[in-house]
Amino acid sequence: MQLKIQYYALMREQAGRSEESLETSAATPADLYDELIRRYGFTLTREQLKVAVNSEFSDWSRRLTAGDAVVFIPPVAGG
Amino acid sequence: MRFRFTQTAIDTTQARRELLDLGAGGYVSFEGWVRDHNEGQEVTRLEYEAFQELAVKEGERIVAEALRRFPVKHALCIHRVGALGLSDMAVWVGVSSAHRGEAFDACRFIIDEVKHRVPIWKKEHYRSGDSGWVNCERCAATPHHTHAHA
Repeated sequence: MQLKIQYYALMREQAGRSEESLETSAATPADLYDELIRRYGFTLTREQLKVAVNSEFSDWSRRLTAGDAVVFIPPVAGG
Repeated sequence: MRFRFTQTAIDTTQARRELLDLGAGGYVSFEGWVRDHNEGQEVTRLEYEAFQELAVKEGERIVAEALRRFPVKHALCIHRVGALGLSDMAVWVGVSSAHRGEAFDACRFIIDEVKHRVPIWKKEHYRSGDSGWVNCERCAATPHHTHAHA
């Protein structure tokens, strides 16, 4: 299935892009991150991240469906 | 909107006006400024970026929580994104209320929650020529710094 992924901050720099459409068989955000860590060598572990699906915080075990927009959220530093 | 982003300087005069209320006896504000040092490094400038769609939702939730928890009149938070220099204002929080105590409490609550929960990231540029994403680099499993230090 096709997913839309957006990257921010350190992960945007490490992926070398701010978004992409990806054909994947990953069933959950956790599976997807495992796949992307192999592709881009992200240095942040999954334990350090949160994940959003369709612009809302999500569980790592949520079942992804075609067309979902996924954003991995590195440790925040606003203010 | 009780939480928003701006790419230009935060207009505190306008922001304060949004808090006016005939029942308010005063207001408390907090301004976050760009500091010239962090964790032993000399900082020369910053870049902020945000996942704005979710950040605005989460920011609105924080302000709504503050309005439920504390008996205040109005509250507003504005966060800057983009390139900032030293002493530029990165964030502004304002709260008006009948009495000062709850305004201080609500203002503190909002800035603390924003720093912990809203998807905003800060890249610091150092006098050494190095740079780093705050809270992301030193705690990373593998060091990200591959470029030479100046």
